Amino acid sequence: MLFNVEVKISLKNGMLNPEATTIERSLDLLGYDVNNAKTIDIITFEMDGDDESEVNENVVDMCERLLCNPVIHNYEISVTALD
Amino acid sequence: MKIGVIRFPGTNCDRDVARAIELVGLDVEYVWWNNDNLDDLDGVVIPGGFSYGDYLRAGAMASITPVIDGIKSLVKEEKPVLGICNGAQILGEIGLVPGVFITNENPKFNCEWVDLKVSNTRTPFTKDFKKGQTVKIPIAHAEGRFYTEDIDLLKDQDQIVLQFKDKNPNGSLESITSVCDESGLVCAMMPHPERACEDILGSTDGLNFFKGFL
Repeated sequence: MLFNVEVKISLKNGMLNPEATTIERSLDLLGYDVNNAKTIDIITFEMDGDDESEVNENVVDMCERLLCNPVIHNYEISVTALD
Repeated sequence: MKIGVIRFPGTNCDRDVARAIELVGLDVEYVWWNNDNLDDLDGVVIPGGFSYGDYLRAGAMASITPVIDGIKSLVKEEKPVLGICNGAQILGEIGLVPGVFITNENPKFNCEWVDLKVSNTRTPFTKDFKKGQTVKIPIAHAEGRFYTEDIDLLKDQDQIVLQFKDKNPNGSLESITSVCDESGLVCAMMPHPERACEDILGSTDGLNFFKGFL
């Protein structure tokens, strides 16, 4: 069975995010007053598996081993079956 | 004695590092990312550059290549490992040293000479310095801000090797720019000692780091 996988990777709360800070400053140049900007990486792919939980288990493993650095990142996984 | 210089696609300080190793009288062997047998080497340097284009995170892709298994075997045999710049980021990603090197506080590529304080002389690479000594070595990175969740553990275990002296150019925690593992044999540093090994370059303070393999 084929599944659509989406992994959202964000910096842990309280971590400095220089990219977001720079975006805030640039928006300020355009005259927008925004606060608390964050950037989030989204990785999507398709993957075969018997069921949702099997795929999810594999994706957790991917996050721990490569996609994220557990020292600085949180991640959110969503797995949906493709018809 | 033969020291390995690790090459990934995107490594670009390999030849500078090889030259520095030769200057202290050691032989060099280039080792590609897909070689997991480093048994005939007496130590390795992971040089700087942009392995795998810094995709995902600096050092992330390199950290899961076969050569890392070879490096881990060398570490078990208590042979010295030095990671410079991208090499330091890779050692952080593998978890051979504590913490990570992430985007500078001011996210620009920071390329300048800096004064560093030697905070620890128990690593092979800093054994020829005096504790607290100032050394002049350049930095060149956009992702060099050191961060760890447990700074107290690092201090307790004497794992801080180098700190920026007068200013903290990238916002690193406690100005730390080099750390080692518990044994001191694995050392990660953001500054480039290979760029400070000859008078004509402006400093020879970097030579001692390579003498660490002797």
